[in-house]
Amino acid sequence: MALLEVSELSIRYADSAKPAVSDLSFTVEPGQSLGIVGESGSGKTQTAMAVMGLLPANAMINGSIRFDGQEFLGAPPAVLNRYRACRIAMVFQDPMTALNPYVRVGDQLRRVLLEHKICDATEARERTLAMLKKVGLPDAERQYGVYPHQLSGGMRQRAMIGAALIGQPDLLVADEPTTALDVTVQAQILGLLRELRSQSNTALLLITHDLGVVAGNCDHLLMMDDGRLLEEGSTQRIFMAPSNERTAKLISTSPRIDMPAKISPLPGGVAPIMDIDEISVSFTEHGASGKGQLNAVRSLSLKLAPGETIAVVGESGSGKTSLARAVLGLIRPRSGTVSYAGKELPGLVQSRPNAIRRQLQMVFQDPATSLNPAMRVAEIVAEPISIHEPRKKKAARELEVNEMLQHVGLGIDLRDRFPHELSGGQAQRVAIARALVIRPKVLVCDEAVAALDGTIQSDILHLLQAEQADSGLSLIFITHDLSVVRRISHRVLVLYLGRVCEVATNEQLFKKPQHPYTKALLSSVPVPDPNARPHDAPIAGEASSILNPPAGCPFHPRCQHSVARCSAEIPQLDSNDGVSVACHRASELDLSY
Amino acid sequence: MSYLATLKPIIRKSRDNKTVVVCSGILLLIAAIALIGPLVSPHHYAGTDFEHSFMLPTASDWHLFGTDDLGRDLFVRTLLGMKVTLFVAIIASVVSLGIGVAYGAIAGYVGGNVDAIMMRAVDALYALPFIFFVILLMVVFERNFLLIFVAIGAINWLDMARIVRGQTLSLKQQEFVDAARLIGVSTRGIIFRHITPNLFGVVVVYMTLTIPQAILVESFLSFLGLGVQEPQTSLGALVNGGVSNMERAPWLLLIPAIALALILLCFNFLGDGLRDAVDPKHKT
Repeated sequence: MALLEVSELSIRYADSAKPAVSDLSFTVEPGQSLGIVGESGSGKTQTAMAVMGLLPANAMINGSIRFDGQEFLGAPPAVLNRYRACRIAMVFQDPMTALNPYVRVGDQLRRVLLEHKICDATEARERTLAMLKKVGLPDAERQYGVYPHQLSGGMRQRAMIGAALIGQPDLLVADEPTTALDVTVQAQILGLLRELRSQSNTALLLITHDLGVVAGNCDHLLMMDDGRLLEEGSTQRIFMAPSNERTAKLISTSPRIDMPAKISPLPGGVAPIMDIDEISVSFTEHGASGKGQLNAVRSLSLKLAPGETIAVVGESGSGKTSLARAVLGLIRPRSGTVSYAGKELPGLVQSRPNAIRRQLQMVFQDPATSLNPAMRVAEIVAEPISIHEPRKKKAARELEVNEMLQHVGLGIDLRDRFPHELSGGQAQRVAIARALVIRPKVLVCDEAVAALDGTIQSDILHLLQAEQADSGLSLIFITHDLSVVRRISHRVLVLYLGRVCEVATNEQLFKKPQHPYTKALLSSVPVPDPNARPHDAPIAGEASSILNPPAGCPFHPRCQHSVARCSAEIPQLDSNDGVSVACHRASELDLSY
Repeated sequence: MSYLATLKPIIRKSRDNKTVVVCSGILLLIAAIALIGPLVSPHHYAGTDFEHSFMLPTASDWHLFGTDDLGRDLFVRTLLGMKVTLFVAIIASVVSLGIGVAYGAIAGYVGGNVDAIMMRAVDALYALPFIFFVILLMVVFERNFLLIFVAIGAINWLDMARIVRGQTLSLKQQEFVDAARLIGVSTRGIIFRHITPNLFGVVVVYMTLTIPQAILVESFLSFLGLGVQEPQTSLGALVNGGVSNMERAPWLLLIPAIALALILLCFNFLGDGLRDAVDPKHKT
């Protein structure tokens, strides 16, 4: 008998014309792992919430959700509570908001046992400690007594999984469990979920937008879009022979790092347009332990050729955003210089001459905050023109705005909209239009596609590449997403705790990484292909705090190749095989695929 | 200008909001009656008539709200009170809006020492005991109608400045300000074109709090006898007069009190409604 049986589930909200979920039926067998995949607004999270009985009161739910023969829809909370935590449990996307900040980590787990009277208090403590060890909290005794904010993101998600599994549920519902985590940590958490499931017979309902995550972790898939089921089938079948057109598009546009990139080559022998020389960025932190110096970027040098795309890759805290802001003059570097077309630029953007200011533009991560909410689309795009070409007539300016909007793929009927009236993809196009309308020479994109759905992400990257081919724009692309890097960059710069690990061409980096950290990053990226079996997490642990970086090579505590020298001496960036790499053992290690 | 651009959708959305329409309708009606009423009525607000003191409200002889202890027509006096009260509200909020928004936005955006000095000055003014300050003003200068406005405005803008500064601090962290700096907008342009239009929502909501506050302060001052002087009057002064004759002629208290409550309620509801309408993210 099926463990979970959802039939003809429809969810509708009174204030919206379209149902959030319509007519969805599926089953989960004991021990099975089912993935629900869809972009934002596809109804996947709504479905998970309905299963858990967590939808808000104004949701109108029809159909049936039966768990182990018990109908969940319409069941009183007392009945649901008998099932929640002991039979069916949930892991949320963001462990910071899902864990109660006022309750010690151990107590969050222990409460589950006590609340359901699974065992007495002393046994509960022992079981909690055992579970914390099992989910990989290295020092369970100590971590039992800390508060959630004292743990790192990965450790919090481990604790969250522990809290979900401690009641030994038959079904675990995981809603984007790794989306908020760095890629190396994501690999660890996915590995942990696989390991825990292999030990027990827990079924998994995994909700995600990432085809890479489901490919290695689910046997069966539901593809959803717009509240409806597109298709359902075994993971193997869906990836190999999707029967639905939309599914096929989702799979084919899903970027993969194991596919060769199609990137137009650069003309050689041209003087660099931008020269970043030994730039360092630091902040003064006022923490509990007094003043501290946070060195976000440490003497980084980079030359950018006209028409070139350089990707800057790193996990959170690597200093990639600080680098972008310092290059553009939004923060003053502590030392080092930025030169544009051979001329050294003042540190802050306010003191740079207007003629140069217009050449360096930026696209930010989240268009919801990078577009002024009080301005209309047309005003936003027109503003740079009126600053740099103040004598231009209004009619000419409006014409230029319309042309630019069409150029970035927006209808001119959007001119009078406010940013919040646009979809995420449309808003990001407006942000790109604002940057491109004054025809800059260098565009810095700070996670410019990170907040967007897969297919829209692909469109935006395409737009940027087309612009580059047209106008010879140089791009500095800041990202944590290696599949995006693979798709668009000429060269890649890998950052770790503010230091450069490796600078290599796209092909070199993905084929023959030379720094162990690069290799670890590449191996952590889940590949959207069920036949590429998931590797176990290539590196353990998480990046050290940037406030207190380790001596020697910043990566050595997590590096499996580290030797005594690595913890004593900081490796310098050195040329090896045509690649700049900062590793003492670069010449002896062979990390190629 | 972006201010006008932000106003238009506010007005458009406000039209769909029943509370805003009803409350602004009532307030406009009150303002119209307060302006036109005295011209139509045969009585003068200062005209005493000892023969007809403490008259009950009656249609005959147009004493619609009755008369007070001096036989003055309460209808005309209530209308005058409303006029004065609304006038106080508008002047005080314009003063606090003008000074407070500019002061707070500059302190918040420039930051650093400028911010510290500007905000300490606000703290110093806060520390001044308000009633003492008003009494001092009354003693030093002649009792003057305008002085009350100055006193209320001078206190009200402090709150506004603090609130606007706090909002500006969080707004200037947002990426659209960075984006504006990159495209070359001057500091002035950023403050007045990018930041202040986004303060609109908070300012409008806060203003609807300061207006009733100003009205109450004025009523309080008049109630204490420090405010508007006879034969001029305000709703507070009328309530004060009503209290002393409460047993003999309760309508002298009730009518101005109801008028005061009506105005206060309308402003409060208006604030609630406008807050929904000005929030650009609020879906209608």
